[in-house]
Amino acid sequence: MLEATELHVEFSGRGGRRARAVDGVNLSVGAGEIVALVGESGCGKTTLARTLLGLERPTSGRISYDGTPLSYSGRALRAFRREVQLVLQDPMGSLNPRHTVYEAVAEGPRIHGLPDEEAVVADALARAGLRPPERFFQRFPHELSGGQRQRVVIAGALALDPKVLIADEPVASLDASVRGEILSLLLRLRDDLGLSALVVTHDLGLAWNIADRVAVMYLGRIVESGPTGDVLKNPQHPYTQALLSVLPESPNRIVLTGEPPDPTRIPAGCRFHPRCQLVAAGEGKPECSTQPLQILPAGTAAQVACYLATT
Amino acid sequence: MLELDELSVTYRLESSDVPAVRGVSLELAAGEALGLAGESGSGKSSVALALLRLLPRSAVVGGRVMLDGEDVLAMKWGRLRAVRWSSASIVFQGAQHGLNPVQRIGDQIAEPLLVHRQASGADASKRVRELLAQVGLPAWRARSYPHELSGGQRQRVMIAMALACEPQLIIADEPTTALDLMVQAQVLTLIRKLIADHGISLLMISHDLSVLADVCDRLAVMYAGRLVEVGPSSGEFRHPYSQALAAAFPTVGDPASRLAPRGLAGDPPDPQQLPGGCAFHPRCPVALESCATSDVQLRASGADRTAACVLVGE
Repeated sequence: MLEATELHVEFSGRGGRRARAVDGVNLSVGAGEIVALVGESGCGKTTLARTLLGLERPTSGRISYDGTPLSYSGRALRAFRREVQLVLQDPMGSLNPRHTVYEAVAEGPRIHGLPDEEAVVADALARAGLRPPERFFQRFPHELSGGQRQRVVIAGALALDPKVLIADEPVASLDASVRGEILSLLLRLRDDLGLSALVVTHDLGLAWNIADRVAVMYLGRIVESGPTGDVLKNPQHPYTQALLSVLPESPNRIVLTGEPPDPTRIPAGCRFHPRCQLVAAGEGKPECSTQPLQILPAGTAAQVACYLATT
Repeated sequence: MLELDELSVTYRLESSDVPAVRGVSLELAAGEALGLAGESGSGKSSVALALLRLLPRSAVVGGRVMLDGEDVLAMKWGRLRAVRWSSASIVFQGAQHGLNPVQRIGDQIAEPLLVHRQASGADASKRVRELLAQVGLPAWRARSYPHELSGGQRQRVMIAMALACEPQLIIADEPTTALDLMVQAQVLTLIRKLIADHGISLLMISHDLSVLADVCDRLAVMYAGRLVEVGPSSGEFRHPYSQALAAAFPTVGDPASRLAPRGLAGDPPDPQQLPGGCAFHPRCPVALESCATSDVQLRASGADRTAACVLVGE
């Protein structure tokens, strides 16, 4: 449905060095599928999401929607943005405090000139779980709870009747007891409306809760992807294994030293080798530090980019 | 070591009084690590600030806070200032705001030593090097400014500052919130090692029960300004709110939570408009009719555990 092919996105960094934020990614989101894109801050997951939305232009490679490459002309982009909608984190920051709920949700339909504005807004609010919708029309963001504000943001996306939602950390700023309800809403939207979703998160529990498929990103590349059960219960990449091992319930921790490295200085060979626990334990191969790895294709089966993985 | 007796905090606003903490009694033994869990508005951070009298003037504090046999709420300012660094110190969340952006971090760590220990400049720099080593940072980092450090490194600097005057108690308010998973694991490993090596008591505050259970011996759960459950971190929760809070962060691999996120309907209550009866009853999945009218105090629920729910114990 929505697909990135051989995608590269670079920015000019400090001192003229190029930051390769997305450095060769193939990723697809199928119809009615929820994919979790997991990684730490600085791994390029937000840049990848913004590029999938047409908000950043790729340096090379392409985005396609329903098999058609995305064109960056004004008209085509506008049509595309009706179909693929962004749901931001931090609803307090993404809602205008001086706009009512009605105004916030009506903004998209107005830009796209949809008829029956009031019915569209009421319908979107109801589908986001704010019922009866009329009761929320004249409320301001500060009068709502965190969970309700997140629902308004989701309603704003639903108002355009999209096919794909791209949600960047949709529950990170919410109270723990409220997050389950918002995640259930995303699952229900998939079941009722057939919506696809790409959920960008650092939270593996969230991926376990709602995703059909997981893609793990490290320093601009997908290093492992596949069905959620495979990737999270039987991880093959040492980085995925380390991430899962530091979850509180896990018995044997692999705490990696150092911080996620710098996208302006991507290591040669496997980009993970300087922090890899297998290399550190002397189990590495010569190619780990010399030979670049193939870019993983956009398949749905379990796959891993590692010289040391056994499968 | 630390004993809270019916601690209450009420914020006096122009229009009304807001009861943020409504009678919290807790004990923390020497060398023990206690986790205090709760959501926004539960009053957990007000408890932390009240312990060292760091609350704004609009806050009225009641009850007693005994630190090593001394009543903190009755201390004179001079004594309080000394206690704040040398007996108990606090590590805040959001390490980017806790540090002075235009001062080198070595100077910031040295400041409490110079002020409270009357250390000489040379002694202070020696101690700064020791402290940086304890939190896993190289000595040359003393000359860095906060913006040159990553979030995890800044949190390490905050911990080094808290350790500077060798306190017996550290209060850590959301010390790993906003950090990446791997960096969070590094900081938690560091905290665990430091309290074990130095026999320090720890009061750690977080919204994330799994983080607390990882470090602490005992857990206390707050809701709407009250404790709803206190017990060992290894056991099962008995209060329906604690159970819901624990289920909100699923165990990866647990089939019960696969494609089944769990939470509670509704939102944490506004402290200005607390529901009558048990404050949790409007969101409680197992509430009885009587819960709307009669409040429940903490009661025994198995060995070493108390919970404030009619369905628990006896």
